[in-house]
Amino acid sequence: MLKELRPALVLLLLLTALTGLAYPLAITGIAQAVFPAQANGSLIERGGKVVGSALIGQSFASDRYFHSRPSATVGADPADATKTVAQPYNAANSAGSNYGPTSKALIDRIGEDVARRKGENPGAAVPTNLVTTSGSGLDPDISPEAAEFQVPRVAKARGIQESTLRQLIAAHTEGRALGFLGEERVNVLQLNLALDAL
Amino acid sequence: MSWNGWLQIAAYFIVLTALSMPLGRFMARIFAGERNVLSSVLGPVERGLYRLAGVDAAREQHWTAYTLAMLLFNAAGFVLLYALLRVQHMLPLNPAGMAAVPPDLAFNTAVSFVTNTNWQNYGGESTLSYLTQMVGLTVQNFVSAATGIALALALVRGFARQSAQTVGNFWVDLVRATLYVLLPLSIVVALFLVWQGVPQNLGPYVDATTLEGAHQTLSQGPAASQIAIKQIGTNGGGFWNANSAVPYENPTPLSNFIEVLMILLIPAALTHTFGRMVGDPRQGWALYAAMAIVFLAGVAITYWAEGAGNPQLAALGLDPANMEGKEIRFGIANSSLWAVATTAASNGSVNAMHDSFTPLGGLVPLVMMQLGEIIYGGVGSGLYGMLLFVVVAMFVAGLMVGRTPEYLGKKIEAKEVKMAMIAILVLPLTMLGFMAVSSVAAFGLSSMQDAGPHGFSELMYLYTSSVGNNGSAFAGFTGNTPWYNTTGGLSMLIGRYFVIIPAMAIAGAVAAKKTVPPSPGTFPTHGPLFVGLLIGVILIVGGLTYFPALSLGPIAEHFAMQAGTLY
Repeated sequence: MLKELRPALVLLLLLTALTGLAYPLAITGIAQAVFPAQANGSLIERGGKVVGSALIGQSFASDRYFHSRPSATVGADPADATKTVAQPYNAANSAGSNYGPTSKALIDRIGEDVARRKGENPGAAVPTNLVTTSGSGLDPDISPEAAEFQVPRVAKARGIQESTLRQLIAAHTEGRALGFLGEERVNVLQLNLALDAL
Repeated sequence: MSWNGWLQIAAYFIVLTALSMPLGRFMARIFAGERNVLSSVLGPVERGLYRLAGVDAAREQHWTAYTLAMLLFNAAGFVLLYALLRVQHMLPLNPAGMAAVPPDLAFNTAVSFVTNTNWQNYGGESTLSYLTQMVGLTVQNFVSAATGIALALALVRGFARQSAQTVGNFWVDLVRATLYVLLPLSIVVALFLVWQGVPQNLGPYVDATTLEGAHQTLSQGPAASQIAIKQIGTNGGGFWNANSAVPYENPTPLSNFIEVLMILLIPAALTHTFGRMVGDPRQGWALYAAMAIVFLAGVAITYWAEGAGNPQLAALGLDPANMEGKEIRFGIANSSLWAVATTAASNGSVNAMHDSFTPLGGLVPLVMMQLGEIIYGGVGSGLYGMLLFVVVAMFVAGLMVGRTPEYLGKKIEAKEVKMAMIAILVLPLTMLGFMAVSSVAAFGLSSMQDAGPHGFSELMYLYTSSVGNNGSAFAGFTGNTPWYNTTGGLSMLIGRYFVIIPAMAIAGAVAAKKTVPPSPGTFPTHGPLFVGLLIGVILIVGGLTYFPALSLGPIAEHFAMQAGTLY
């Protein structure tokens, strides 16, 4: 037993140094040199201030912006730090709703959101992804149909042509990787930044 | 469901199969100690490690010494990780000022990483410092995976040798698996992930002011290096709480393809390593075929169930395809594929929330774990787990024809069958036992988020995942309580070591036997009949054991959902 104790301790320490320090630090060094933008979180700045990350979704409530999907993330209650309250798109605490398909709370929530969304575009069918929460609560994307659905509301709030918005959406629609991987999607933050820049 | 979805699944399977062959051959060379393309760079490192640790690479160990070495190494790793979690607040590289991890959570987390489970009762970005993620979790991601590979090699050597007293040297297998397989693959994958957008820095969390003027804290860290090995080593513990659903952890469809490929790559390749080591690649292909058939059937069921979705959504005028808990960039097909791959292996990372899957879509991941995670399985643990089922399958075949069963020329006798049965039976005993207590005791019931059969499924998932060393969760369930941290931790220990020790006893026993030449009465173990028999035994053992519990959870919920019952 003692014979095996030395390799157990020595190899643990040496492999810790190799895989726990040398490996991540070397990757950090290479990443910072070769892909600095991605390695530092794909941050987006406007006027010198960080407004978010191209990869992390944000909560939008104003009629003047395209809205993201609902988010189930929570955060500490400002009034009482021992409790948590709903805090959509809290990027420091990723989480899904984890509601099962027969959960009354889930179906009630979706029902309310559908009713609200129907009000803004009565003629169209509500896209499912606009009333379901994502796995991370930080999904930066919506489907092109979900962006399309919001066009009448944004056009009215901003007083611009719907056709202009449709062109903007088309320009910000990302196709499938290699033509078949993943799904078509629109990054909401980038779409809204382009909207502000119009 | 769409043609494009099926195309993505088909492309995945083809790439997996194609890459598993060269990697399997490469690993066979490495573990035989042959020179390879990496020798000129890594050979000196390897020899240096042996010299400092006092390891004689040429000296092999009896199975008991091999197992003891593994246990000592794991115990030391547990102590180091537990200590690190408890004192992280006093150590450097903690820009977000994380506090010490409480004792029961530290116990659960340390056990879960040492046993290759990676259950997440902690949320990475809200609990752990960068130093803990690197020196604690990343290290165990490597060495617990290397431990699994080493054990599988020992068992394979047992079958490949005859009249031998030894099964290899644990230290040599551990070092070679880490240096030549896990580390090079991790470097390539980590850099690919950074290119796709995964952060890799040591800076503080970034404060952003959103377009609507709200504050958003963007958590950062050395993520890519850890995410690469958590996928490759079938570990699965996320850098962030919501794991590979988080866009920082898995930013694009391309990163997703590579991450889900890495879940099964080494386990799939090890079947070919096995075939080479026993001198008959067809034996490896037979195991590969059995795994692939069950895997593809599982993916098809989950994709169909998630695509058909939830009838309650159709009632609201929506497309019923189940997007709750799924990300847009992956969609239904990639989320279904990942869920089955991560539970077929003992990975446990997720790119969608399994808790929100439809009942049948969530049933498949549960069943995959309950079969023992041998459908490819964890790195190493999948292969030795599968070989235990082979022993039982050959025993059943022997009973049918009234002849002593043989596998690869080794007679399968009472000792081997007993050991295999201990390993196979201890899992349901632990799982169902703890479940039974938790579903009647108040301290168990208080953790359920959902009422009705879904709550029961959540509870079942917790112990299934813990015993199976998987680590994925029906995450609505509050697992971070003293009761679940403790019993979950015990389940992981039992699920790991009560399989390993019997498997190693078999390795020692078959190594000592003579190899008998095949005779006309020998049942060939490389054809479709064997593959069918093996799948049959796996499904009957899994099906009969868990069917009553499954019928109370996901199956009952399926009928409730169709009937429109809500809880």
